[in-house]
Amino acid sequence: MGFYLAQLLTGLANASSLFLIASGLSIIFGVTRIVNFAHGSFYMLGAYLAYTLVTTLQGGIPGYWFSVLAAAVLVGGIGLVVEMTILRRIYRAPELFQLVATFGVVLIVQDATLAIWGAEDLLGPRAPGLDRAVRLMGEPIPEYDLALIAIGPAVLAAIWLVFHRTRWGILVRAATQDREMVGALGVNQAWLFSAAFVLGSALAGLGGALQIPREAVSLQMDLSIIGEAFVVVVIGGMGSVTGAFVAAVLISVLNAFAILIFPQISIVLPFVVMAAVLIVRPYGLFGRPGSEHGGTEEPEQPLRLLDQRSTMVLLALVAMLAFSPAVVSDFTTILLVDVMVATLFAVSLHFMMGVGGMVSFGHAAYFGVGAYAAAMAVKVLGWGMLPAMALGPVAAALAALFFGWFCVRLSGVYLAMLTMAAAQILWGVTFQWQDVTGGDDGILGVWPDEWASSDRVYFYLALVLCLGGIWLLRRVAHSPFGYTLRGVRDSRIRAEAIGIDTRFHQWMGFTLAGTLAGLAGVVFVFSKGSVFPDALSIGHSIDGLIMVLLGGIHALAGPVYGAMAMVLIEDWVSRLDYWRFIFGGIILTVVLLAPDGLAGGVRRLIQLVRRDAA
Amino acid sequence: MTPVLEVRGLSKAFGGVQAVDDVSFELRQGEFLALIGPNGAGKTTCFNMLNGYLPPSSGSVKLNGRELIGTPPRRIWRLGVGRTFQITATFLSMTVLENVQMALISHHRRVYDLFSRATRMYLDEAMALLDLVSMREQADRPCSELAYGDLKRLELAIALAHEPALLLMDEPTAGMAPSERVALMGLTADIVARGKVSVVFTEHDMDVVFAHAHRILVLNRGRLIAEGTGAEIRTNPLVQEVYLGGGRLFEKERGNA
Repeated sequence: MGFYLAQLLTGLANASSLFLIASGLSIIFGVTRIVNFAHGSFYMLGAYLAYTLVTTLQGGIPGYWFSVLAAAVLVGGIGLVVEMTILRRIYRAPELFQLVATFGVVLIVQDATLAIWGAEDLLGPRAPGLDRAVRLMGEPIPEYDLALIAIGPAVLAAIWLVFHRTRWGILVRAATQDREMVGALGVNQAWLFSAAFVLGSALAGLGGALQIPREAVSLQMDLSIIGEAFVVVVIGGMGSVTGAFVAAVLISVLNAFAILIFPQISIVLPFVVMAAVLIVRPYGLFGRPGSEHGGTEEPEQPLRLLDQRSTMVLLALVAMLAFSPAVVSDFTTILLVDVMVATLFAVSLHFMMGVGGMVSFGHAAYFGVGAYAAAMAVKVLGWGMLPAMALGPVAAALAALFFGWFCVRLSGVYLAMLTMAAAQILWGVTFQWQDVTGGDDGILGVWPDEWASSDRVYFYLALVLCLGGIWLLRRVAHSPFGYTLRGVRDSRIRAEAIGIDTRFHQWMGFTLAGTLAGLAGVVFVFSKGSVFPDALSIGHSIDGLIMVLLGGIHALAGPVYGAMAMVLIEDWVSRLDYWRFIFGGIILTVVLLAPDGLAGGVRRLIQLVRRDAA
Repeated sequence: MTPVLEVRGLSKAFGGVQAVDDVSFELRQGEFLALIGPNGAGKTTCFNMLNGYLPPSSGSVKLNGRELIGTPPRRIWRLGVGRTFQITATFLSMTVLENVQMALISHHRRVYDLFSRATRMYLDEAMALLDLVSMREQADRPCSELAYGDLKRLELAIALAHEPALLLMDEPTAGMAPSERVALMGLTADIVARGKVSVVFTEHDMDVVFAHAHRILVLNRGRLIAEGTGAEIRTNPLVQEVYLGGGRLFEKERGNA
């Protein structure tokens, strides 16, 4: 009995830290509609700052708690700087574009932290006065855990009071329901957004600062927490702080007991719970559908078929690409295969996001399924390369068919989160299922057949498959199927009113996008000769998102620009020290200079040149 | 001759509110029927049940003798019912022409075609529909640039694309300038006069209603209180009371003051 009580209390203590970070994320999303990937970075900074303050001050009990609060305030200040210098300039950019900016911040914070605190994990001191364990029913319970269990509800109560008893809090709640209306009532939105961002960041900082006696402070803290924090926010309902609390308790307590029965489950459990909740309650436990008043985004322009001159330019570029192996080094040939794989992956994601209006945070799942299916066909079934290459997209299509059926029942960020859950579940399976997938060690030695084993031959094979896939998706975008998909995105009610089965159509669009991502995975696995679980990871899905958004979501050519820029820049800067800092800086520069992505920037540049020439 | 539309005992309750209460009417071939009533009378609720967006609490809706209740909106459309919305709903990222082409593509069951060029399909038919609503000149403009009145006309062209037997228009002139209202309803009346399509519309603008409707139904608090031609409705004392307020109400207020 005592043992179960101890498990329960550990779960509740975890719930408190998870709640602190998730509540901040939820407030920021509720008010500003920003999906803030940098929230994990704020959490990490809170931990590092608290570590430095506690170890320098050495001030006993008051010194410890002062340090924790000071760290939270400092992180709030950093949040203010990020909001005012970057995010405030791009609130009018296409939906989710801010996500790219916050990802740039993640990279910069990672390298800044590395530069300041070094790569070593730092072991924080225990909290003075709370460094022992008390015995409850014979089990030792850390005093600090008990303190955390009290802090979570205390913070919830404080936020509740602020939101219900102060004018500012009421404005925050009003903005969460309908921010356009709040603006129309004469509230200065810029300051409201900044204040919400500061509060949210400070809560993340507090969560991180309170964590130092419990776990080592490390550079992995940011991305390890962000997935779970998103899950908590989504289960609770975007923008609901109470929901975040309930969800944090639910996840943490379930986890504390589930690991007793099935230890492997802990990495996928939150995502399974989220998937289950979203299927039953599409807006989370405490969430409500948002108002119809979206941003004041500029409407997308109609698609145009390429005119003759652009077609010629495009053909010339493809010809140049085709002849490049004759000129460039083998190393560049391999890099070009990487570019083509990334481009096909990005184009397939764009088909889903841009054409279909279904944002995916887990598109890497289908890339990974394609890659793994091909690799296992070779390794387990002993198939040759070509049949394995055919199997990959089929497997990806089946996975997309399965998960897509659930996903198309939702919309907006909730749909995105369910795609992420699907990807994380698949990642968990490949990671844990050692006997079949090789787990963390991946599958090695998946090489092309003899005839295709030279870099040059494989380049042409990749060229045919990737360009073929890209051509197919472009063709489909201009076809009745693609137009219908775009129509469903533009106006579901109109599509329904002209006889279109909107859900089924989105489901098929989702599946097609997944299939082509699987094709990219197949080309990838034979070019690398191996595949690891990180092919399905959230990190890889985010890469795809960055490529699509950076390239420009409103143009068919966008993902092509985005993928080329991403792979080439990454290849160039990743040889440098602090390349994340440089890469993050480049991302932020593009975001601030071209809020409509590279495609939009290029289009404006061409217009400018033409005007000068004329 | 069987009526195009036959509505029997249609009712809808939201919790305790009886939004539509036992409404029955018929629509004959080639008829232009107006459904009017003050705000909250149940016009839009009634409409949403006719086109399948809202399941009624009880009652029956038959199109050419075929029951529509329980059929999803997209099937009702396939059975030959077109509709326009109170607030226009069009595909904003497409051109005017493409919007009409979409309706034609769906009508010809080509939405799963992966390889044809959507913009080259059913061009002549789409242009003919745009001619019908005098929108040919605007065919290539992005829908997002159109004035509201033009969007309403475009919606009419879309709704006519599958040659419907019945057209449901929910406040077709809401948000339009007075001169545009007259023009749009005149156009609709011309199309009805060709005899292929019958129309039910709801409307607040009485000029529009009395100028064009063949027959008028008046709803109040969910119940059908009057039915007849323009002249009959104008002189109906119950309708006057609903629209202008009964004498007794004012007497009471005077008493309170």
